[in-house]
Amino acid sequence: MRALRILIRSIRDAFKSVGRNFSLSMAAIACSTITLILVAVAIILSYNVKEITGKLEKELTIVAYIKEDASEEDIEKLKHTLDGISTIESYTLKGKEEWKAEMKNESDTLDSILDYLDNNPLLNSLIITVREVTDLNPTTERIRKIDSISSAEYGEGMVENIVGIFDIISKGTIVIVIALILVTAFLISNTIKLTIYSRKSEIEIMRLVGASNTAIRLPFIFEGFILGILGSIIPVLVTIYGYILLYDQLGGHVFTNMITLVTPFNFVFFVSLILLAIGSIVGMFGSYRAVRKHLKI
Amino acid sequence: MKLIEVSNCYKVYKNGTTAVADLNVTIDKGEFVFVIGSTGSGKSTFIKMLYREEKPTKGIVNVGGINVAKLRNSKVYKLRRKIGVVFQDFKLLPKLTVYENVAFALESLGMEARQIRPKVLKAIENVGLKEKTRNFPSQLSGGEQQRVAIARAIVNNPKLLICDEPTGNLDPDTSKEIMKILERISEELGTTVIMATHDRDIVNRMKKRVLIIENGVLVGDYLKGSYKGHESIKNSN
Repeated sequence: MRALRILIRSIRDAFKSVGRNFSLSMAAIACSTITLILVAVAIILSYNVKEITGKLEKELTIVAYIKEDASEEDIEKLKHTLDGISTIESYTLKGKEEWKAEMKNESDTLDSILDYLDNNPLLNSLIITVREVTDLNPTTERIRKIDSISSAEYGEGMVENIVGIFDIISKGTIVIVIALILVTAFLISNTIKLTIYSRKSEIEIMRLVGASNTAIRLPFIFEGFILGILGSIIPVLVTIYGYILLYDQLGGHVFTNMITLVTPFNFVFFVSLILLAIGSIVGMFGSYRAVRKHLKI
Repeated sequence: MKLIEVSNCYKVYKNGTTAVADLNVTIDKGEFVFVIGSTGSGKSTFIKMLYREEKPTKGIVNVGGINVAKLRNSKVYKLRRKIGVVFQDFKLLPKLTVYENVAFALESLGMEARQIRPKVLKAIENVGLKEKTRNFPSQLSGGEQQRVAIARAIVNNPKLLICDEPTGNLDPDTSKEIMKILERISEELGTTVIMATHDRDIVNRMKKRVLIIENGVLVGDYLKGSYKGHESIKNSN
């Protein structure tokens, strides 16, 4: 019961202090609002880049053309060889007739050209997917060396570059998020330090009459929590409405149909929860540090 | 029965100043003790060690069964709940009324509201401020403010009341009033009172036990009524 009373009193005092130091609190809330909006942008960017990279990686395939004179036996041998390459995740055989049908479908010109030819000039091929982007090049090299293979292709150079850039963006955003979190913690910590200063005599008396360290600390920790939560309200709204609007405006994809954005639901709520968690935890942690330093308790 | 036992106590500050050296003294329950000495004599350090504002460098300072020297920071509140402290500058919260200032002490201990009210009213009555419970400190005289501070110090029925120059800011008549209240608290509630002071008149008039500290050393311990005046006191006034 005593603990509950101290808890209730701490929450009441925390709200009082936020109101009493209104301008200071507003400054801390405004600063954490700005930093949390940046955090939200960074998180959204990071997730989308990750999503796009993942999709690109899945769609990366090597097309290997089989020599025209390869017999059934050769193809069986080829399959056996491919089974032995550990970097290959899967492969499918795509016959020349299949290619022909696909090409005829794609354009009328190709359709008439192919109809004009007596023989199918295309080659039987294998569509190969690899486990990792980095496996693309070495695997293609190995496949090229196989006797019954005429040639093997993948989007050389460009693919690796795109994936590399996305990887840098993804890692960069993590660094930015961490830096912004530290800034928020610092700002809230400083605000609490100032409110502590204005309540110095209160704390001194609390210590003198025998209030435990927890009882002294709790109101400040709640104050940090409140500041953090208040500071994350606008970022949460910006995330929810802003991302939905952006998604609708862009039609869910950027530049090409291949680069799709993460669908807003439940993604925006997930990001909002992260923002609230960052705001509140960082607020509490910031004030915990400020109190410890200032009270010598 | 002993309430305070100080033995072989030393306090050396970080800058090398020895504030208290080889102090040995015992104080019984219910005693009223003056601690006197000139400025910088170490009497304030001695008083501060009793409520663990300062930690002794060496030796034992035992207050109500708690060895202050070994008391961790996080456990200081256990000692403080047995002690009431009154200062020269009152240390009241200006935005709170008399009632709220006294209740603040009990509230911060997590006491139930319906238990707080009778205790606070009784403490305020004890110091004779029943008519001014709703006043703010700025509406009170110095003596009245000090009485509020005393009410706050005794509201939790402490075994020990420590007063660090409580009359230092008050005129002689008001000082007398405050001393009467402290004496009454000591007699009626059986509270042990330790008071550091510069005021020669008070010490001479009240005929209580007197400890004299000079240069960090206990140079005199006069039992109740045997104190007849001392040079250092005369010099400092």
